[in-house]
Amino acid sequence: MDLLLVTGFLAATLRIASPLLLAATGELIAERAGVLNLGIEGAMLAGALASALAGTMWGPEAGVIVAVLAGMMMTSIVALIAVRARADQVITGTAVTLGAVGLTGAIYRMTLGSGNSEQTLETLRYPWTLTLLACAAVPLCHFTFYRTRWGLALRATGEDREAAEANGVAVERMQSVALLIAGAFAGLGGAVLVLGQVGSFAEKMTAGRGFVAIAIVVLGRWRPFGVLGAALAFGALQALQYLLQGMGFDLPYQLFLVLPYGVTLLALAGVVGRARAPAGLGK
Amino acid sequence: MPLLALVGALLLLGVGLAATGNDATAALVAMVRGAFGSPYAFFSQTLLRATPLIILGLAVAFAFRSGALNIGAEGQFYAGAIAATWAGVRCAGLPPMIAVCWVLCAGCVAGMAWGAVPAWLRVRFGVLEVISTLLLNFVAESVVSWMVTGPLQEARRAYPQSDPIAISAHLPLLTGRLHLGFLLALILAGVLWAFFGWTRLGFEFRAAGAGPKAAETIGRIPVRRRVAQALLVSGAIAGLAGAIEVSGVSYALFQSLSPGYGFTAIAVALLARLDPRAVVLSGILFGALEAGAAGMQRDAGVPSVIVYVIEAVVIIVVLVAGRRRAVPKSPEDPG
Repeated sequence: MDLLLVTGFLAATLRIASPLLLAATGELIAERAGVLNLGIEGAMLAGALASALAGTMWGPEAGVIVAVLAGMMMTSIVALIAVRARADQVITGTAVTLGAVGLTGAIYRMTLGSGNSEQTLETLRYPWTLTLLACAAVPLCHFTFYRTRWGLALRATGEDREAAEANGVAVERMQSVALLIAGAFAGLGGAVLVLGQVGSFAEKMTAGRGFVAIAIVVLGRWRPFGVLGAALAFGALQALQYLLQGMGFDLPYQLFLVLPYGVTLLALAGVVGRARAPAGLGK
Repeated sequence: MPLLALVGALLLLGVGLAATGNDATAALVAMVRGAFGSPYAFFSQTLLRATPLIILGLAVAFAFRSGALNIGAEGQFYAGAIAATWAGVRCAGLPPMIAVCWVLCAGCVAGMAWGAVPAWLRVRFGVLEVISTLLLNFVAESVVSWMVTGPLQEARRAYPQSDPIAISAHLPLLTGRLHLGFLLALILAGVLWAFFGWTRLGFEFRAAGAGPKAAETIGRIPVRRRVAQALLVSGAIAGLAGAIEVSGVSYALFQSLSPGYGFTAIAVALLARLDPRAVVLSGILFGALEAGAAGMQRDAGVPSVIVYVIEAVVIIVVLVAGRRRAVPKSPEDPG
């Protein structure tokens, strides 16, 4: 096989996997604390728009930072409603994502997308730094989960909140902090898309990547290194499109859009029986 | 309370618009005018948009009440729309009554089939329907995109859309652009209300959602089976909505047939506290919101997507006010 094709395939795999890995790592932290955060898609979207806006005004580095803040803002709403007020997590998350779609769409149309914005967006000079960061977060996450008291308390919260509470863990604070971290990661994922890859914002540009990240967490069996593997597998699956096209196969491109979802569903069916979700997830 | 939430959300929108330097009064006036300003605005905009929202809202309400968290109404809607288009372009010779029934049935069956996937995954493998229905939305969108550029593309192969369906498969119009589908939505709401309130089976579905453990042990209700069936029925209703949209409004399959109706329907169902009768009202309300938003964009230059923010605020306020009463817990946690 052509060497160029293979390197191209590997590069595409990494490129597609990095925003997914960032978002999934964040989602993993939230889920280990017992929160199924469907607002992750909204947080990514907010991060993407924020990075584009701040990037145009103050440069790409500032864009990354503002994206993190925007992502945290979105999940702080989830924390407020689903953790503090104990409302249903699934519906809260859906609402936050819905609101983010509207908010980012409206802000985009009034600013960058209004047609009279002449500033251009610079992308990051070293976009792979964020990919490195995503990879570095995995062992760090593993260490925190399994080697620190805080990680133990986090996992305990996700398994059995009453027991954790009885042992002196401030459950609500723990879940809120986990959600804020999740939002930061999701915002970063959105920033990678805009500043590291596409170079501009488009409405609904995350196109369900946040939800794919949730599937990746399940596929990775709620473990940091499992999530890394699942994210890479996802990237490879979508990168297959370029490889097969390069090899001269003519398949409808929608097939490759569907493939990851289809494989996820199959994998979920195979994995769920064997992997165990945090016992308190979603409660 | 729900109305208060809506008024609050609209006020918030006004403040937000004023803060960003827009003319808030003009925008809100344009919104009201777009929804209620004339008979045409009310019947051919508000009620026309309310029709899919009511039917999809009923689909979501049916599932939620029975303890199945179906957030895949969007995908099931598209599955119904694809099947309806497929059936509709193939029934040129049939008499109108039969053609319409055939198209709507095709939509129902396809929606049910799309709902059968998460039902099967749930029963057989314990995959949470929240995740599977969500993912299937994206699959359905891609399938539509493939259909309108591939198997179902119009004969000249120039545009990403299907051939128009046969005239005999068009739903009869009531007034303006409002079609028979609106009446069907009202009838369906009545049927579901009677079903939940008056029949034994309806009670079993409700019990499966309200207290799965009690239903299983005391009531001897096969909870797992009821939840799976609820996903099937919910899918069929959502598929019907897709078919009605094709045979009443668009007359062909497009990629962006639904501007997120399936997600708005969650807000519609929640605002109605999952009561079929109230779904009609909240569906009309959200139809008015969307029609008003379009008017706002046209007359005041405010992006119509802002309506999603209003919907989100309404969902959250209703949710917090009702706490856990609005949505029954899903039965035994798999995994």
